[in-house]
Amino acid sequence: MLAVHQSRINYVLHLADNALIIGHRNSEWCGHGPVLEQDIAITNIALDLIGQARNFYQYAAELIGNNTTEDTLAYLRDEREFKNCLLAEQPNSDWAITILRQFFFSTYQYFFYQKLQYSNDVQLSAIAEKALKEVTYHLRWSSEWAIRLGDGTEDSHQRMIKAIDNLWMFTGELFLAVNYEKIGVNEGYGVDISLIKNDWMKKVTDAFEEATLALPPDDVWMQRGGKEGIHSEYLGHILAEMQYLQRAYPGAQW
Amino acid sequence: MDDFEKNFQGKIDAEIKIEPKDWMPEKYRQTLIRQISQHAHSEIVGMLPEGNWITRAPSLKRKAILLAKVQDEAGHGLYLYAAAETLGTTREEMIDQLHSGQAKYSSIFNYPTLTWADIGAIGWLVDGAAIMNQVMLTRTSYGPYARAMVRICKEESFHQRQGFDILLTLSQGPDAQKNMCRDAINRWWWPSLMMFGPKDSDSTHSDQSMKWKIKRMGNDELRQKFVDMIAEQVKVLGMNLPDPDLKWNEEKNHYDFGEINWQEFWNVVKGNGPCNKQRLDARKKAWEQGAWVREAALAHANKVKLQTHKGTLEAA
Amino acid sequence: MSITCRKYYYGDIPDNNAGGNISPEKNKLSGNDWPLWEVFIRSKQGLDHKHAGSLHATNAQMAIENARDVYTRRMEGVSIWVVESKHIHASNPEEAGSLYDPANDKVYRYPAFYDLPDELKHM
Repeated sequence: MLAVHQSRINYVLHLADNALIIGHRNSEWCGHGPVLEQDIAITNIALDLIGQARNFYQYAAELIGNNTTEDTLAYLRDEREFKNCLLAEQPNSDWAITILRQFFFSTYQYFFYQKLQYSNDVQLSAIAEKALKEVTYHLRWSSEWAIRLGDGTEDSHQRMIKAIDNLWMFTGELFLAVNYEKIGVNEGYGVDISLIKNDWMKKVTDAFEEATLALPPDDVWMQRGGKEGIHSEYLGHILAEMQYLQRAYPGAQW
Repeated sequence: MDDFEKNFQGKIDAEIKIEPKDWMPEKYRQTLIRQISQHAHSEIVGMLPEGNWITRAPSLKRKAILLAKVQDEAGHGLYLYAAAETLGTTREEMIDQLHSGQAKYSSIFNYPTLTWADIGAIGWLVDGAAIMNQVMLTRTSYGPYARAMVRICKEESFHQRQGFDILLTLSQGPDAQKNMCRDAINRWWWPSLMMFGPKDSDSTHSDQSMKWKIKRMGNDELRQKFVDMIAEQVKVLGMNLPDPDLKWNEEKNHYDFGEINWQEFWNVVKGNGPCNKQRLDARKKAWEQGAWVREAALAHANKVKLQTHKGTLEAA
Repeated sequence: MSITCRKYYYGDIPDNNAGGNISPEKNKLSGNDWPLWEVFIRSKQGLDHKHAGSLHATNAQMAIENARDVYTRRMEGVSIWVVESKHIHASNPEEAGSLYDPANDKVYRYPAFYDLPDELKHM
């Protein structure tokens, strides 16, 4: 029973961490975007994702009890306890990488939340229903940008090729279930992510075709580990920055 | 004064707004372009000091609020650039002037944000001072500028409150947080008084801007209003303003306050503030590194247009 | 005593050395600003679309999306129109007299002009 409960908590934390970390990455653009209109657009996406993270954290805090809050979960866990996918924590680098990261992730979230709406956990299904509206727009925005950059100029095309090269190896993890996800599926509150892989691939293939970009070969070696707390070196720095005040002034109210 | 100009001044005197296609003196147009673009630049550069704390905001709620606030500033810059564009300039032209140093922005943003409390102080003092100016500008004589200001003031209303709320929380915390709060107020108080500009008496010129009702209140009047407001609000925080001369003057029905360090003021304006170079470099970097993105988007749109056009021809 | 004459337009920004009336070196500019669009927003069903402001975008689709992000962050709208600014045709303000003044002596266009018996209700 205890283990089952812990699985549900991990599952919710995984969803929360995903949204927070990629939202945090996007928020780094605020004030530095390539054009004002898009600075505002990517900040909107960051705000949506941080909002989703808060919903999941609040639910996880409820499941955990013991005065846990959304903030103790976001600010007082260490690298090894974070369960986000590796894709979410990859650095912004340039607009091409940011766009492609968002496109891969939004496509994943779009099909994921569609299924999570039918979770037998009413909290999860309610969060998914609200988040799906937001993600539908993120997907539209990011796919249009991916097409724009792929098709735009020689420079932007090359940058997209480089972005694919950098990020593709982190997409495999999105569809490989770890233990708490398998339990979630068995218990009826989780999504069988292996079932959304084809939808994801089709969406990405279509967009790449329009963007005149080639799909990488099938045999690219995929990285994994993020969902189980084995991250890239980047996450530690994100957390060092994000958690600094909470760590420096334990117990303070802000 | 010729008939056009008389007619123009008549409209201003009768509180009739000037609209983009109306006749206006060239100097009025130029003055507006300069003022509106500088106002826009201030919003955009103003994103940087606060943006410095987005990734370090101490709670998820504060993070979301700060992000939304800095985003609003991008929006405000955008509304203002658009208002200036109705006068025949382009955004690119204006941004180029910012980057070349020809155009200025409010000096307040050349001060660094060193602690989280600075985010509170900026919201309360800096936005508080800006709002004084902006409320006045909702009645400015140029229609597009006035309308942009109305929208901006509506959105700004939460900015000052969130700043005060940050400081209020800190002022009720343990000593470390109280000190953080006091330190931020001490550092931001004088620069925010400087935001209102030099004393009116230092400008012996008859102010054409006032006559054209672009600007509707003097620097001293606005500054006094601000001091009177903040001197009361600071009591709620249980804090003091760093001015030994600050005292209620029964006779004048206003607060007296000490002399601003005008030497510092002029130096920061001239580019010698602690962050002038850093701010401008950050803006230039964002713009230059965004160039290929803007070009690619335009190139793609043109290709699509061409294809659609071809398609139409083939169908015909 | 020498008096320096200065004017200040926006807070602490001095007049000299400022942009606006100085033409930038045009050759430095790409002229690649995205086209300007006017945005009209219907705030709720049943009301007219009203001019909200302008923005830059590469095409109509992007203009609508930018308008959504820029002008409806606080639930200001349920529907958006965009039109490229260069396609707006405006009446000439100098002709305002001949265009609009003739309407101001046609009081018979207003219902209050007609003095009818009180017994006549709801007309």
